[in-house]
Amino acid sequence: MKKIFTCIICPNGCEITAEVEGQELVSCFGSLCKRGEKYVKQELYDPRRNVATSVLVENGDALLVSVRLTNAVPKAKIFDVMNEIKKVHLIAPVIIGQVIIRNVLDLNSDVIATRKVAVKSK
Amino acid sequence: MTIKKDVVIVGGGPAGLAAAISLYKQGVEDIVIIEREKQLGGILRQCIHDGFGLTRFKQTLSGPEYSQKFIDLVKELKIECVTDATVIEITPEKKVVAISKLGLLVYQAKAIVLAMGCRERTRGAISIPGSRPAGIYSAGVAQSYINLYNTMVGQEVVILGSGDIGMIMARRMTLEGAKVKAVFEIQPYPSGLPRNIEQCLNDYNIPLYLSHTVTNIKGHSRLEGVTVAKVDEHLHPISGTERDYACDTLILSVGLIPENELSMGCGIKLDGRTKGPLVDDYYQTNIAGIFAAGNVLQVHDLVDFVSAEAEALAASVVEYIKKCRLTPAAINIIADADIGYTVPQKVSGEKDFQISLRVKRPLKNCEISVIQAGTAIKSIKLQKAIPAEMIKIRLTKSDLISIDDLKVVVK
Ligand code: SF4
Repeated sequence: MKKIFTCIICPNGCEITAEVEGQELVSCFGSLCKRGEKYVKQELYDPRRNVATSVLVENGDALLVSVRLTNAVPKAKIFDVMNEIKKVHLIAPVIIGQVIIRNVLDLNSDVIATRKVAVKSK
Repeated sequence: MTIKKDVVIVGGGPAGLAAAISLYKQGVEDIVIIEREKQLGGILRQCIHDGFGLTRFKQTLSGPEYSQKFIDLVKELKIECVTDATVIEITPEKKVVAISKLGLLVYQAKAIVLAMGCRERTRGAISIPGSRPAGIYSAGVAQSYINLYNTMVGQEVVILGSGDIGMIMARRMTLEGAKVKAVFEIQPYPSGLPRNIEQCLNDYNIPLYLSHTVTNIKGHSRLEGVTVAKVDEHLHPISGTERDYACDTLILSVGLIPENELSMGCGIKLDGRTKGPLVDDYYQTNIAGIFAAGNVLQVHDLVDFVSAEAEALAASVVEYIKKCRLTPAAINIIADADIGYTVPQKVSGEKDFQISLRVKRPLKNCEISVIQAGTAIKSIKLQKAIPAEMIKIRLTKSDLISIDDLKVVVK
């Protein structure tokens, strides 16, 4: 069966046409680089995504600190991860790269801050 | 009191920051960045999704992380930044006037870098009939409410326009628990990148309807719903195809437009196609010593390219500061009917350069050639070319075979 994939690994967004039999990838073409085939396999067997959202901060010069994951997690777990992140409240200061949740839901990925929030000046 | 500076940079977003760092590193240190907001970073501050820096840092960063790398360098180099200051006038004599908390600031520069970025078009909304209830936002405004001010804009959402920010907000609002019902695009092709259609819409089963538009807005104090219809090839709604969608929020993602009010006030000529200044291969506008790069020049799809463009501009500014003039550009670049625009619009022929362009409609297996005096001096082959993706062609000085105009054509 023919399946079309849009590779999301880089902004080129190659349209990859894959020949799939059952769950097996037989062949694929249309990718500009090798990562395309790897992406198609990943999509077939275990599609993963990153999650970006924000967390409330108290006493900071901003209300929110943006966060993301260090590794992509299974697509089916995105909303579970969102719920975990929603439980967190931070107190300023927060630095860039600070681990907010280590190994979230045992998915082998950390939630890290992607901006800094300084203590609110009086 | 007038403050003398070698270079005044208007705007502290990605273009202004990269230009400043590059100028400083090349020995032009008497510079200042003037930024309207309280913080540096520009629009990247609210772009918390990942995907920035893939080209430049070989990493997929969020917007704030990407801009912080530049802000840290600016601080480390002690480059002067005046934030919370709005430039109100630029003159051809290179005077820059800004209002700030400290009062009026007047600079006399040798060169000016325009790095004001772009803003959102709202045209899509103006022509829609119906009432004007609350609940209609542009995608970027919704993004700032949610990502900077912790304010959710609504629960049942319809999106008009398939721009990248709109699609990114479709995902963002879905993650926050809203129901995004659909994205409607008036053109027969998407205006955003394929990767965003995949990871922001398809991942969450949000349908994208091409050749559709919103024809009516309903509601009194708050939006209650919209009417959507198919459009024909002239983009006119086809009667009988109307469908109603109940929603409390309508997000408009109908494109970005370079912000050039200051440029126009100064007599800088704009390109009707890009809405940015007409520039040469030095990124110099029609006024000597005034340069432009980043989204104020042409709307980019990737910030990595904004930074690169600002660095290319910086090299020219350094040359201008040294020599007080640059070789005039007399070779025009003329685009054929399938090409929306080119930047630059003319070149001097004295240096290597890059042509950025966009196609007007999606094309498959095409060849884009640069022709001079009847000869193709450079060609690139592409499996696909889409309006959402900027295409770049690099040429060296030695590629040019005469001083005739260049034609860019698609086959
Ligand atoms: S196949 Fe390679 S070039 Fe194409 S989108 Fe994927 S990573 Fe990018």
